[in-house]
Amino acid sequence: MKRLLKNGRVVDPASATDATLDILIEDGRIAAIEESIEPGKSEVIELEGLTVCPGFIDMHVHFREPGQEWKESVATGAAAAASGGFTAVACMPNTVPVMDNRALVEFVQAQAREAGMSRVWPIGAVTKGQDGKELAEIGDMNAAGAVAFSDDGRPIRSSQMMRMALEYSKIFGVPIIDHCEDPDLVAGGVVHEGWVSSRLGFKGWPGVAEDVIVARNILLSDYTGGHVHIAHMSTAGSMRLVREAKARGSRVTCEVTPHHLVLDHEAVMEFDTYTKMNPPLRAAEDLDGLLEGLADGTVDAIATDHAPHHCDEKCVEFSRAPFGVVGLETAVSICLDRLVHRDIISLSRMVELFSTGPAGVLGMDKGKLAVGAEADITVLDLDREVTVDADDFESKSENSPFLKWKLRGGPVMTMVDGRIIHDRR
Amino acid sequence: MKLSSRHLLGIDGMTAEEIALILDTAEGFVQISEREIKKVPTLRGKTVVNFFVEPSTRTRSSFELAEKRLSADALNFSANTSSFSKGESLLDTAKNLEAMSPDFIIIRHSEPGSPHFLARHIDAAIVNAGDGAHEHPTQALLDAFTIRKHKGRLDGLRVAIVGDINHSRVVRSNVLLLTLMGADVVVSGPPTLLPREFDAMGCRMTWKVEEALEGADVVMALRVQHERMNAGYFPTTREYALQFGINSTRLKLAKDDAIVMHPGPMNRGVELSGDLADGNRSVILEQVANGVAVRMAVLYLLAGEPARETTA
Repeated sequence: MKRLLKNGRVVDPASATDATLDILIEDGRIAAIEESIEPGKSEVIELEGLTVCPGFIDMHVHFREPGQEWKESVATGAAAAASGGFTAVACMPNTVPVMDNRALVEFVQAQAREAGMSRVWPIGAVTKGQDGKELAEIGDMNAAGAVAFSDDGRPIRSSQMMRMALEYSKIFGVPIIDHCEDPDLVAGGVVHEGWVSSRLGFKGWPGVAEDVIVARNILLSDYTGGHVHIAHMSTAGSMRLVREAKARGSRVTCEVTPHHLVLDHEAVMEFDTYTKMNPPLRAAEDLDGLLEGLADGTVDAIATDHAPHHCDEKCVEFSRAPFGVVGLETAVSICLDRLVHRDIISLSRMVELFSTGPAGVLGMDKGKLAVGAEADITVLDLDREVTVDADDFESKSENSPFLKWKLRGGPVMTMVDGRIIHDRR
Repeated sequence: MKLSSRHLLGIDGMTAEEIALILDTAEGFVQISEREIKKVPTLRGKTVVNFFVEPSTRTRSSFELAEKRLSADALNFSANTSSFSKGESLLDTAKNLEAMSPDFIIIRHSEPGSPHFLARHIDAAIVNAGDGAHEHPTQALLDAFTIRKHKGRLDGLRVAIVGDINHSRVVRSNVLLLTLMGADVVVSGPPTLLPREFDAMGCRMTWKVEEALEGADVVMALRVQHERMNAGYFPTTREYALQFGINSTRLKLAKDDAIVMHPGPMNRGVELSGDLADGNRSVILEQVANGVAVRMAVLYLLAGEPARETTA
């Protein structure tokens, strides 16, 4: 079966393309990208006025299955991804039990296949039970399809364990993704340590607690030659460290989340638990630092850290609420409205941060529109008026700090293997 | 004039006029506590739940007395005797309380923002009786009332607050209130117990206690909890007393007529020397007495329309 995407504005950073082109899809792959393709017998999808991008990848989500299916399942998570314009996501292993073995990696993949929505790439645990004590079977999980390894949700506390992980992962060429947090410095911190935490009487989570671990990880990566990826980087200090390391040629990459790019710690002053996440919303200077890194190329990927929690779990005292916010279904609109339309980054740079950027971190040949490639495609309407409404979420959870926000631009169609998995045109 | 909110969640968000109104109203309530029959019918038929999820003696007794002297029906509901300790959520517990149709819920809780959480979810008027290290508005009001009694004003006074600033809700409400009313507030304590960027609240901040005390009209010592020592904030209570304790030598730096305050409970000889606590410049027990009048004023004003009945 053939499909022809007609008259869309094609933005493909991998080939430095930004032009009105037709894309022919045959048997789930891209068969041709040309100025004007005759439809012949193919089904024509008219995309005039819309923007056609390589399928967006979110390399940091939590799908809670197995173990906490009341928050999210692989199926609802993958549906939320499709609705948010993502054709692939990488899901973190902090499930119950922890995804630290082949059986669970295969289980998550099977659940994703059954759902038939966005691709779901498992991230295996670095250590057994995410306990930080013994390496998990990284090789076996990688053979089963795990694309990266992380103890996310927890930092890798021991420098020795981090060193072992970076050494060992070199065999498989996979990144070790670290949630950078010095647990002693953070101990009990719930919001960024600054004038807001001081005023509200909360124990602060100081930015320096991220910076010291980022610095440690860079040093260990340099020493071992292993690839370390900094998850959800939130401080100006970490950004400086990564920028300097990259200039020296270190094998370090990093991601930032949409919420850390557009909200600062003032957002917690109403005690709204939907503004509570880890790392916390930072100071205005940190936002500036993150935006600078986004624009100058230091940042490799925008990732949501989609962390669903049931509303009952969030409907408690602020300091007792679990950390985390959902992000899959708001990320693209937030980035279009707050970053692209405000000229902080170009559209092409944004697409890169959602496609070739994360694909590169994961060492995968994805995130581009090329003849022969799998037809994973995200279509955007740059001017669509969007009001964020939890009722529209495919996710089981609604814990978003952006509820009721009015935004310009959003995803309108998501295709995986040439199949339309979400369509709101 | 009325208060703009039906809750008292904190000093944050209040205007100088509202604070003056509460203090002025409290003046009228002081004499009720001095009468032989210490009761007025103002809140007759109103139900007040004292919902104390964290232990408190002074504040709870003070509220209870204020409620009783206003003829309200008071119900004490504390954590250790309730299902709250059996794992029921704050919201479910509060909804159950709400089903009993209280007019007020006075809440003391270990977590900042808990009163704000209740105010969002249930119908009764909420009074914050201390939420973690966030606010303790009625304490700040009674402190202001006490200061005003002695100094005749708040505007232009130099107020030094010394102690564990980090973990104190009293200091936050006091800094907000006193700076709003035009006082010059300086907070002091070891740098390990000074919150980052705390001066953004409008006060000054120094770990040089002598500098803080210099020329002060009001010296307020804050409790230093023993647990903080174990957590590494300072080496020993002895060293704390040597470095930061308010004693008669240090007090000489303050004005001759400076008053000495403490919100209690006090560690004698640690943050404040015993001779000062008992001395003629100490207003510590007046603070306690004024607490009842100030809380009566708060409940009265939050209740809205004054009671028309005059028969008692």
